[in-house]
Amino acid sequence: MGLTPKDYQQMSQEASPPSRTVKNGAMAFLIGGSICTLGQIVLELLKSMGMEQDQASALVSLSLVLLSVLLTSFGLYDRVARIAGAGTLVPITGFANAMSSAAIEFRSEGLVLGLGAKMFSIAGPVLVYGISAGVLYGLIYYFIR
Amino acid sequence: MNLFVLLKAFLVGGSLCLIGQLLIDRTKLTPARILVAYVVAGVLLGGLGIYQHLIDFAGAGATVPLTGFGALLAKGTRQAIQEQGPLGILSGGLTACAPGVAGAIVLSLLAGFFSRSKDKP
Repeated sequence: MGLTPKDYQQMSQEASPPSRTVKNGAMAFLIGGSICTLGQIVLELLKSMGMEQDQASALVSLSLVLLSVLLTSFGLYDRVARIAGAGTLVPITGFANAMSSAAIEFRSEGLVLGLGAKMFSIAGPVLVYGISAGVLYGLIYYFIR
Repeated sequence: MNLFVLLKAFLVGGSLCLIGQLLIDRTKLTPARILVAYVVAGVLLGGLGIYQHLIDFAGAGATVPLTGFGALLAKGTRQAIQEQGPLGILSGGLTACAPGVAGAIVLSLLAGFFSRSKDKP
């Protein structure tokens, strides 16, 4: 195919890291922001029904987890994640996606060491370090409060 | 529904995701490491009382990203210590995040049972 130097310059510019970083960042911002906005809509609905903030907030997380697992089951979440990058990773939906996609993928390796164990290949470290940091914080808080 | 509230959630939630994307593109951090970093950062900021301001401002924009999960761990730990004393150091965090974690575990188990693995593209 005939490429003029101008075409080539344009192609290399499009493929160069800075513009890719900007595009990835924009997609992560838009899609991640949208997931949080969806959460806020559910939160507002629950609060308008008279639910307390903390309880409503937990229910928002749970409904997003449910949505994420459903989309993962139909293979849709990973398709969006390819475009959204951290936009679908950082929200709680990304945590649920990591667990459910591993559960689906490794089921063929058995229900215990496949499904049961591989479910935690990403969620496990998050829980280990999150809970440990919480306990460390609790120790400090208990002794210096 | 107050549109300004939704906009705040969008901007803050989007910004937290943008930071994650910059970490992926500009550093060698893998997604798993970023999730761990976000949770630990959430515990730290939650413990220092900083993250609660962000939650008051942005609602789900701050609680839905995994930093909110970390902040919830810290908040649960603090409340449990106030109510039950030293046992709360160990029980508070897991109790507070139990609905999300148990929900994700059970639903993932069901997904593993009922969903067929798609061929990886």
